[in-house]
Amino acid sequence: MAKIEFINVGHSYDLSAKNPVYALEPFSLSWENGGRYALLGPSGCGKTTMLNIMSGLVTPSEGNVFFNDQNITSVKTQQRNIAQVFQFPVIYNTMSVYDNLAFPLKCRNFNESQIRTKVNEVAEILNLSSFLDMGAKGLTADQKQLISLGRGLVREDVAAILMDEPLTVIDPDLKFKLRRKLKEINSKYKTTLIYVTHDQNEAMTFAEKIIVMDSGQIVQSGAPQELFERPSTSFVAYFIGTPAMNIYRCSIDNNELVLGRCKLKIDKNLDQIKSEQLKVGIRSEFIELSDKPQENSILVKIKTNEDFGNYILLTCEFDDFEIKVKIKRDQSISSETPYLILPKSRLCLYENEKLIN
Amino acid sequence: MKLVTDNLTFKPEKEYFLNKVSLEFEAGKLYTLLGRTLSGKTSLLKTIAGLQPIDTGNIIFEEKDFSSIPVWKRNVAMVYQQFINYPHLNVFDNIAFPLKQRKMKTSDIENEVSVAIHKVGLLGFEKRKIQELSGGQQQRVALARSLVKKAKILLLDEPLVNLDYKLREDLRNEFKNIITSDLSANSILLYASTDPLEAMQLNGDIIVLDEGEILQSGTAKDVFENPTNIKVSEITNDPAMNILKGSIDSNKIILNENVQFKIPKHVKNIQAGTYHFGIRASDMILDDKGFDFNIDIAEISGSETFLHLHQNVLNIVLLIEEVRNFNENDKVKINFNLEKLYVFDGKGDLLFSPFKMN
Repeated sequence: MAKIEFINVGHSYDLSAKNPVYALEPFSLSWENGGRYALLGPSGCGKTTMLNIMSGLVTPSEGNVFFNDQNITSVKTQQRNIAQVFQFPVIYNTMSVYDNLAFPLKCRNFNESQIRTKVNEVAEILNLSSFLDMGAKGLTADQKQLISLGRGLVREDVAAILMDEPLTVIDPDLKFKLRRKLKEINSKYKTTLIYVTHDQNEAMTFAEKIIVMDSGQIVQSGAPQELFERPSTSFVAYFIGTPAMNIYRCSIDNNELVLGRCKLKIDKNLDQIKSEQLKVGIRSEFIELSDKPQENSILVKIKTNEDFGNYILLTCEFDDFEIKVKIKRDQSISSETPYLILPKSRLCLYENEKLIN
Repeated sequence: MKLVTDNLTFKPEKEYFLNKVSLEFEAGKLYTLLGRTLSGKTSLLKTIAGLQPIDTGNIIFEEKDFSSIPVWKRNVAMVYQQFINYPHLNVFDNIAFPLKQRKMKTSDIENEVSVAIHKVGLLGFEKRKIQELSGGQQQRVALARSLVKKAKILLLDEPLVNLDYKLREDLRNEFKNIITSDLSANSILLYASTDPLEAMQLNGDIIVLDEGEILQSGTAKDVFENPTNIKVSEITNDPAMNILKGSIDSNKIILNENVQFKIPKHVKNIQAGTYHFGIRASDMILDDKGFDFNIDIAEISGSETFLHLHQNVLNIVLLIEEVRNFNENDKVKINFNLEKLYVFDGKGDLLFSPFKMN
């Protein structure tokens, strides 16, 4: 097990070009030992490149990688003690489940009794104990994926288990069970788990900390609640949450935000902020409905009212803006032109698409 | 104009693909087939399209027996889960294909295709190859091709299920607008989905299918508010409604030795005995004065947090409309909004609902 550190790591696949295009822009980041991380972003955002640098399949064109303060940038994959789980289960079809799990230990010359103890222990937690003597070939996709994972778990020297979209081939019902299993394993073995996905739900459910990537850059790294409440860029504000955050261009006047005909107060001193590239955002979940004007309220007209079962989503209009509001299904709407209260602590302010803290 | 399926049954092996499916579809309406995988949604669509045989039953369209009409003569268009297009043709030719088959005049084809391209938002993509498109764009092409056919019956089989989460969310509303704006007094629209949220948003008539059988049908609101049995309550809500076994004794609802409460007003004249009590995840709240529960796991979906909780053998899911961090094995206090309690009998049939029952 190890702490993993990237110092100024960047990668371009074509260094000979005059202005190399980075698949991954230089950045520094550390992964704590025993943490549960997700790399989240649309396809082509650089997350697989980052994973390959960690496992050693790609040597970064810039910067250094450290495992427990040891520089391993040029160390080969085999010597890194990284286990990987891919989208599709990788198993030895001709071997039994037991031999599949024992394989990494046999390769490292562990003795029979050590192997037996470890394999039995891991099989137990993965609910594979009753299948140990069976051929691996006949198992279901999720059981096979558990074997791929188990081969990482039998080794105590593993620095981290890297998983690239590991639940793609798994049925929705089983996904839930497997995610739960992964968390259980993480708390039992304290193995660092790094999970790559484009699915925000999977990332948010699985990880303690999510690294959001877009076009080769890390745009935010934080806990799910942080990404939801204080998205650091307008991209994260759109990408995280359903619906996306309401975001509008705005300007500043007399320490207040000006949004069309409305003025909004915010918990910030706006003196130092230039208002050219300014946007203000608020989540649908944090907006309240009111009959009367109050601080930070705007008068709107309800355009559509969609019943989603768990909640009702109102789409409202004011000036040329459209704003989405989530309300409880049993909340009564007394007027078609209500006031919306935008609590000032819930407003996020963006300058050049970046959050002002 | 009407499409009627009468007693459709198909049982190729042990399990029913379709089991006595009798339905009536009217023109100008949107119908959502809602059910889990293998519930018979795709089977029903394929049967209507003529792509799957049946053992018994009839399909009648515009008062004529549909089953004797071969696939290519049926006035049906279908969009599949997989992005199915002609890989060797560009976007324009993909959409024009069914019109060329009909030997339509070139100038008419150009008109029709450009209208469809505009509608599905592919303006400027006419010359692109299919492989150069994203999944969402490929599905737009398939939808456009089904629209130009101006078929009287349009079938959509989970068209968004294979897209990324965010894209699916973006396209849901857009696809709904495209297909409903095209829906005329001359067409019938069937949309298959496994997702209760999508079915609610489409806001048409919902037909709940399970193991090839119709469990319930009605408007989205009716089916959601008054599920006729426990199975329907599970299929029509995500997370599924909490179903808790308990009993009624001396004017109290008893779920276990700790969790007990007064019988709410809408549950009238109920006899003592054992029942299944239903409460939606969205009808429970965190409450300092509530019952103690342990957190098993917190799942996040979109902006929602699903808290999976237990107290002894009582398992409950509670929904919070925001993203919050919770740790496994932490304790929380929760309460039930009893005005929203459902009661089902021992067989799982609905006895009392918080909403007016028809």
